[in-house]
Amino acid sequence: MNIDKKITDDLVANDISFVTTVPCKQLAGVIDEIDAREDIYHIPSNKEDEGMGLCAGAWMGGKRPAIIMQNTAIGVTVNTLATLIQYYRMPLPMLISYRGELREPVACQVEMAVHTKALLAQMNIPTYHFHHQADVEELDAILKYTFMCNKPVAILTDANFWGGYGDQ
Amino acid sequence: MIRSEILKEIAPILRDQLVVCNIGIPSQELHAIDDQPTNFYMLGTMGLASSIGLGLALSQPKPVIVIDGDGSILTNLGTLPTIANNVADNYILLIVDNGSYGSTGDQPTYAGKKTSLAAVAQACGCENVVECQAEDTGAALQAALDSGKMTIIVSKCESGNAKMPVITMDPVVIRDRFMKAVQAS
Repeated sequence: MNIDKKITDDLVANDISFVTTVPCKQLAGVIDEIDAREDIYHIPSNKEDEGMGLCAGAWMGGKRPAIIMQNTAIGVTVNTLATLIQYYRMPLPMLISYRGELREPVACQVEMAVHTKALLAQMNIPTYHFHHQADVEELDAILKYTFMCNKPVAILTDANFWGGYGDQ
Repeated sequence: MIRSEILKEIAPILRDQLVVCNIGIPSQELHAIDDQPTNFYMLGTMGLASSIGLGLALSQPKPVIVIDGDGSILTNLGTLPTIANNVADNYILLIVDNGSYGSTGDQPTYAGKKTSLAAVAQACGCENVVECQAEDTGAALQAALDSGKMTIIVSKCESGNAKMPVITMDPVVIRDRFMKAVQAS
């Protein structure tokens, strides 16, 4: 199974046509796949809160958005999630590279990993954790759930899910 | 001329357009001067008006006018390269540049000192950047609408706020009536 293609297919099947990204090594393949799809307007953002603003506007304009980012972004976007996405009740699937988990080579990434689920829980954000490749089978249902309830929803994808980092 | 005087003057131009308005006193002023379902008021999240407006402009064909401030642009300076590289010809960013953080007590911004936001926008790759004096804002805005080209307007005005009530409308109501106005033919 090509995970990058499967994820992108699920986005398109759920009518998601506006995707903003802040890059991560683990997400490089899916970002390439999204960039290549004609059904999706791919708009890289410089910071994740900016990206959430773009998504909020796109949704009010009639397009279904999604954001792809690292878990460090949860630290950046707490205010935006609370006062824009949640306050105005907007749907936002967040495909998140969960750095600092098992097989992580960079120690500093662990410092935000230990806060990630606690912050998401504190904010009452529905959170799913993809650890094995087969977990991706739930993505379609998670996307439907997100646009049913009009909430931000986090999908944490760790290094084990992506198959590790290779030789490091 | 201060921001509220500009807003009063351009209200007839704004009335029929989709408007995304910056957090704080700018939204309170616009709401008090001419509340419209086509106005999206930001109640929180400083800095994101220009981003919300860009996402909106890229997702539907109607013109979108963003009323932003110099302080908010400085907060989210990364917005200008994104705007420049994702051209939406139905997008107008009006930066009311009074050189101060009006909603928090008129503390000076760097835009009121050595930093030129028009020059920054140009350096970021924005193609139609207009700097004008407050008195000429209406004419610049109308010209931008008529041009059908993505335009950044930096309107240099004096610092100061009108006393207006806080917006008490529920955010979901603001958003819902705005989305209905976006969809209306």
